[in-house]
This record gives sequence, C-alpha cells and structure tokens, in this order.
Amino acid sequence: MSPQEESDCPRFDQAHSFSSSDRRISALVRHLTVPTHASPMDSISAAPTSAFGTADSVFAHVVQAPEDPILGVTVAYNKDPSPNKLNLGVGAYRTEEGKPLVLNVVRRAEQQLVNDRSRVKEYLPIIGLAEFNKLSAKLIFGAESPAILENRVTTVQCLSGTGSLRVGAEFLARHYHERTIYIPVPTWGNHPKVFTLGGLSVKTYRYYDPATRGLNFQGLLEDLGSAPSGAIVLLHACAHNPTGVDPTLEQWEQIRQLMRSKGLLPFFDSAYQGFASGRLDADAQSIRMFVADGGECLVAQSYAKNMGLYGERVGAFSIVCKSADVARRVESQLKLVIRPMYSNPPIHGASIVATILRDRDMYNEWTVELKAMADRIISMRHELFDALRARGTPGDWSHIIKQIGMFTFTGLNSEQVAFMTKEYHIYMTSDGRISMAGLSSRTVPHLADAIHAAVTRMG
Amino acid sequence: MASRAILQRRKGISVISSARWMSSWWSNVEPASKDPILGVTEAFLADPSPNKVNVGVGAYRDDNGKPQVLECVREAERRIAGNMNMEYLPMGGSVKMVEETLKLAYGENSDYLKDKRIAAVQALSGTGACRLFADFQKRFKPESQIYIPVPTWANHHNIWRDAQVPQRTFHYYLPETRGLDFASLMDDIKNAPNGSFFLLHACAHNPTGVDPSEEQWREISHQFKVKGHFAFFDMAYQGFASGDPERDAKAIRIFLEDGHLIGCAQSYAKNMGLYGQRMGCLSVVCEDEKQAVAVKSQLQQLARPMYSNPPVHGALIVSTILGDPELKNLWLKEVKMMADRIIGMRTALRENLEKLGSPLSWEHITNQIGMFCYSGMTPEQVDRLTNEFHIYMTRNGRISMAGVTTGNVGYLANAIHEVTKSG
Repeated sequence: MSPQEESDCPRFDQAHSFSSSDRRISALVRHLTVPTHASPMDSISAAPTSAFGTADSVFAHVVQAPEDPILGVTVAYNKDPSPNKLNLGVGAYRTEEGKPLVLNVVRRAEQQLVNDRSRVKEYLPIIGLAEFNKLSAKLIFGAESPAILENRVTTVQCLSGTGSLRVGAEFLARHYHERTIYIPVPTWGNHPKVFTLGGLSVKTYRYYDPATRGLNFQGLLEDLGSAPSGAIVLLHACAHNPTGVDPTLEQWEQIRQLMRSKGLLPFFDSAYQGFASGRLDADAQSIRMFVADGGECLVAQSYAKNMGLYGERVGAFSIVCKSADVARRVESQLKLVIRPMYSNPPIHGASIVATILRDRDMYNEWTVELKAMADRIISMRHELFDALRARGTPGDWSHIIKQIGMFTFTGLNSEQVAFMTKEYHIYMTSDGRISMAGLSSRTVPHLADAIHAAVTRMG
Repeated sequence: MASRAILQRRKGISVISSARWMSSWWSNVEPASKDPILGVTEAFLADPSPNKVNVGVGAYRDDNGKPQVLECVREAERRIAGNMNMEYLPMGGSVKMVEETLKLAYGENSDYLKDKRIAAVQALSGTGACRLFADFQKRFKPESQIYIPVPTWANHHNIWRDAQVPQRTFHYYLPETRGLDFASLMDDIKNAPNGSFFLLHACAHNPTGVDPSEEQWREISHQFKVKGHFAFFDMAYQGFASGDPERDAKAIRIFLEDGHLIGCAQSYAKNMGLYGQRMGCLSVVCEDEKQAVAVKSQLQQLARPMYSNPPVHGALIVSTILGDPELKNLWLKEVKMMADRIIGMRTALRENLEKLGSPLSWEHITNQIGMFCYSGMTPEQVDRLTNEFHIYMTRNGRISMAGVTTGNVGYLANAIHEVTKSG
C-alpha cells in the first residue's frame, strides 16, 4: 500500500478515539481497506490467517498457565490486610525484623566495584568470569582438592542454581549415554521441569518418611539399588529442600558406595553451602566424599542464599572429570549449550562474589555474616520447638530441631495449612513446608498458636 | 593407581575396584569447534604485534579503541549501589524496566501499550529474548518453521536449532551490489507457505549493515499481510544505527500500523553499553489484554526452568535511566554520539580507500548502517589481513566499524587496499 493510497482510506479520526474498543475499531477499518494496485493473485489466498480484516493472533489458542505454587503464596500474602499475617512461603532470608538482608560484605564489594572507574561492562566469556569460576570450585571442592590440583574440574558460571542445573541437564542429554535422572521425593518444585526441558526423563527415588519426618534410608537404598546402571541421580548436597532432612555422614558413605558400585552418576544441587550448619566446609562434605574417591560428578552451586545475591542470579556449574583432557573437551561442549541460550552470563553478581572470595578479610567477614544467618535460623527452630512443647501440642515435634537449613517440613496436611491461613493468616505452601527464615522471636508465638490450633482442632 | 589405592585406604575410604567407574563417562566427548565470532577476539588477544587491530566482535569502542561505559550508566549505578536489596525479580522480570523498554520499541503513546495488548518479559539480552521466543514457538506452534535471512548473526541458527524449530532461509544480501536482494526476498516471502514465521532484523542488519528502505519495508509488510506471515523482529541496535531510536524503530512501526501482531526481541547490550549485564526484552503483540496475560504467563513458564528469574542489576540501571527525564536525555545524547562516531568512521574508511586509488567501489561502506560493514572480502583476503597485517575480523569479511578509530583507519584502509587491489 503506497502512502498515497493509505490517505484515501476512510479512517476514524484519531482525536476522538478514547476507549480501547474505539481504537480497535479504527485499526480494523484501516486494515480492511483494499489497495487499488494490488495484483489479482494477492487477494486469492485461502488460508484463514491471511490478508485483510482482523489480524488474528497465531497464538490465540494459548491458555493461561497456572500460578507458580510457591510464588503464589506471596501473592496471596500480599493481598491479606491482617496485621498479624506471616509469610513463611518463599525461601529468602529475612532478618529478625522481617526485612530482606544485603550482607555488609556484599555492600562493601559493590562499593568497590562502583568506585572503580576502570571497570567496564563488556561481555564476559561464554563460561563467565574466570576468577569467579576458580574461586567457586575451591569453595565447594576445597582449595586442596586433588581434582582441582590435577585440573580435572571444569567450572562454568551460570544463572544461579536453576541455570546451573539446566546447563548440566542439556549437557547430559547431548553427551551422556543415559537419559534418565532420579530425583528424591519430595524435591524442589522446579527440579522436574528443569530436567525435562533440558532433555532428560525424570524418575524418582524414595527420600522422605512422613511417619518419622526423617529419611527413608531403606527406601532410598532400594530405589537407587534398582536403578539401571549409569543412571543420573540428583542429590541435595545439604539442607534438603523442602524437607530439611539430610543423610548423616555414615549414610552418605553408604550412598556413595552403592552409587559407585552401580556406576550411577551423581548430580549435586548445592544451594545452601554454609547456610545449613553455618560452616562452609561441613556443608560440602557430601560432595567432597564423592570427589575423594576419584570418581566423576556434577555440581550446581548457587550464591542466592549464602551470599544473599538472589536476584543477581549467580551460580556455577562444575563437572569433575577423570582427566584434564576430558575436562577441557567437556568445557568446550558446555559453551555450545550456553551460547544459544543466553550467550554469556551476567557480570555483576559474579564480580561481587569474586571480590569477596579473593580477599582474605572479606572472605572472613562473609563467613561471620553467614554463620549469623544460619544461627538465627537454628535459634528459630529451637524457639518454635520450645513454644510447641510449652503449649503441650500433641505429637513429636523434634523434627523441627533435627531438620536443617531454611525449611521445616512440619508434617501438617493441606487442610491444616488452609486452616492456619484462614484463621491465623499464616502463609505457607500446602505441603506443610515453612521457611524458618521468615520467623522471628516476635512471631514464633503466633505460629505456635496456629499449629497448636490446627493440630488439636483438625487432628 | 597403586599409590592412590593406598592413600585412599589410609583415609578410610574403601576402594571400589570395578572397572566401570575407573574410566571417564566423557571419553567420547569431542572438542567443540570454536565460536567463529568470539574466537576472533581470543586470537587477537594472543597476538603480540603492536599494530594489531580488532574489528571482530561487535562491541563499541571509543576513538581510543577502549570500551566505554556511558555516563548515564555510571550515574545510575551510583544511585543504585547501597540502596536496593537484591531480592528475586518476578519470573517476567522488572515490570518498570519492561514498561520503559516497550515504549522504546512501540512508541511512548502506543495504543498497544494503553490497551495492555503486549505480552512482555525481561530477557537475557537479545540472545535470551530470541531463545525464549523460539522455545515458545516450539511449544505453541510445533508444526511451524522459522525463515532466517542469508546471511544472519551466526547464533540465530544455533538458537532455533536448540529450540528444535526447523529452519529455512530467505534471500537477503546480494553480493554483486553489496546491497539488498529485494526481488528475491519478495519472491521468497510470496513462495513461503501462508502463515510462515520470519526472522527480520529491525535495523542495522547483522552482519551486512544492509537495511531495506522505508518503501521496501512497506512492501514487505504488505506482502506479509497477504500471506498471513508472522514477523519476529530482532532489534539489537535501536538508536545505534541512525542515532535516533524513533527512526530505527521505523520498520516495526510500519508493521504495527499495518496491523501485524509481531514478536520482538530487544537488547540494551550495544545501545546502553550494558553488554555483560544481559539486558533485554521479549514482547509478543496479542489481540487483547486477556490473551497478553495468557501469553506472558506461558513465557514465564519457559523462563522458570531455564533460570527462574532474570538478573536485577541491569534492570535497575535501565529503569533508573529511562525513568528519569534528565538521565534519559543524557542517554539519547550518548547513543547519538556513538552512532555518529561510527558513521564518521565509515566515511573516513571509504575516503581513505578511494584516495589510495582502489579499483573497487567502496560505496557500500557508507550505504550500509550500524555497527558492521560487509566488506565483500573473501576468506582468503581476510586471512591475509590477519596473517600479514594483524587485523582481526570474522572470515565472512565483516568489519566491526566500532573497532575503527582515527588512529587505525589509515592502517586498516592500507591493508584492505593491499589485499584487494589485484581484484
């Protein structure tokens, strides 16, 4: 349509089009005009999506996706006007005052970066900031790890834990002979989708025992024992999400032996190093046991919680290989996974992490702040346990202090949870998971009252 | 082997002697071929020659050949540091950043924005936006293909391939004229099955720098209407091409006027110099608000298992700048300055070549637009440039004009003349 012909077309006077339906009608009128110079062929088009008239969307059939169950909790919480409301849904750390926390050492690192005028915002390499990768590997595997000293570890910067898991899954789907990954029941809600979209098929192994609110160790051993040789197994390195139930070191050793004897490939998700026990090395023990036996494994690391860098999306994906040569080749293939996904990772968060990890003082300051967060959570566990005992709430609540990390799997059922939300304005996921990070000394009594009421009235 | 076994027994770890876990799972993994574009910079960095010139990767350089952080960005960062927490953004990213970004592409007063008809999410720069769209296309139009221009940014092929969307190509560049092959392009549009998906570069085509004229865009849009094709615009250089963001969005505005329901990938990598922050946006124009809500929710479902939610830092920079009239004006000035410098270098390079008495025509250097110049040189000529003159560019003859400075334009012209003078 030439500009000349367009001006001959009748159209609504734009100045009078106020409502959205007015605007839509005027747009339709413009589109319905037939140009005089169009060839006969142009109008002969049988396809329903073609030509003049309403522009039908090719995506008209798309239906609205369901709300994310975890993030939906916060949405509901925000709508509640009650002054007593409590958000124990999403797993982000909160202070005693219920506020998000940016670590002091992170602020320091940020200031350093801002003040350094020589810093630029250029693209990082595909695998991210080299120094960040090296320091991350040392953090999780230990600086003296033989695997690192022998250059057998390839580490690539990824978008937090999610990104690391996804890159790992896509790599496995392309280069590993087994396409099945076994995930524990229950696990983080996003795990199945990450692995499925990454090209793997998902099976499960027993993990949580509702009867004991602890580990179903027998079931775990049986299920891993009957997995096909070579299958991939997802392991939560520490502070299992959502249950907070971790194997003991002895149990980890048995798991390791079983997996190695069957050639099962370990894929660790480490989202809480240092955040679980308050000690970085202790929280990495499970992974280090597997590396110490000389075998191979995959590790997804996140700095979202332990450095409070949530929205900066900082993480690292590592593969411990048999040899340096294999590690090099593997790294080159990881680049081919990353490049068509987002080209290269975001620079800001990784720069903060590298700034902190490379500086002895800042590193120490970080460990102190990290321990403080972990300690506050542990004290919340004890306060809640004590409060329930003081109320004589029926049942054994010792799992609250036995479980570890940000979450407690209370064992409450969905009816009890709904009751607590309705009557006490407590927001949590319907599986009974509460984020201990959302509690404070001030709010523990309210939660204890709610649990007590739910258990006694709804049994 | 024996000493390791002893060491491990000392540590109390039992040694499983089965052969299976003693060998690597990854022995069969081949070394991947290097990325053609990023490999150029690697080679450049490794070269010790003092005369070396990098006109490979498309990142802006100032006239001293240095990367540049825009002043508006520095100011935005100063305001952000120490003031914001780092909580997760929603899956669709920063609402404010997305709103401001849509205004750039669709117009400040766009009806589509007023009517909330655009489904949009923050994405990981242009790559991430294209990949999200490709995944969305695969999921909701599984029988569709994508038509990609020849040539295009190499990673486009990788993106749609990894999304498992079959690809076809359409004519774009005509080597004989070093311009647009408009006749063949229109034929390909006509011959494609009705309702095909096309990838279009909104402005400053990468790698050729060849853009359709406004008139040609109108014809393309018209033919798209006749055929009911879907237009997906990759806009990585808005503002960076002509210096005027409104002008650079012309193609998109033409399609919108004609009623197309387009898709669009936007990037702040070049025009705000935010390269490593991975800032971008994916938008899909829908029939109405209800549909936009549905489409956005599905885009989020694709982002969640990829990275959960996008990075916050760059989003804060963008919304701080675009949300403050003074900072926004500063940004527009700085974008124009970058674009003007590049246009100046195009003129200088062409004039230098003509002064050297080159037998060839170098008009295309100033006809083409944006960061890249498709020189027309052969891979062999490019190799000579690298080996004899330490000039680094991709072997398709693409020159990143951003790497050209008043300091090196003479050297570059001389070298190009040397390798091309015998025709």
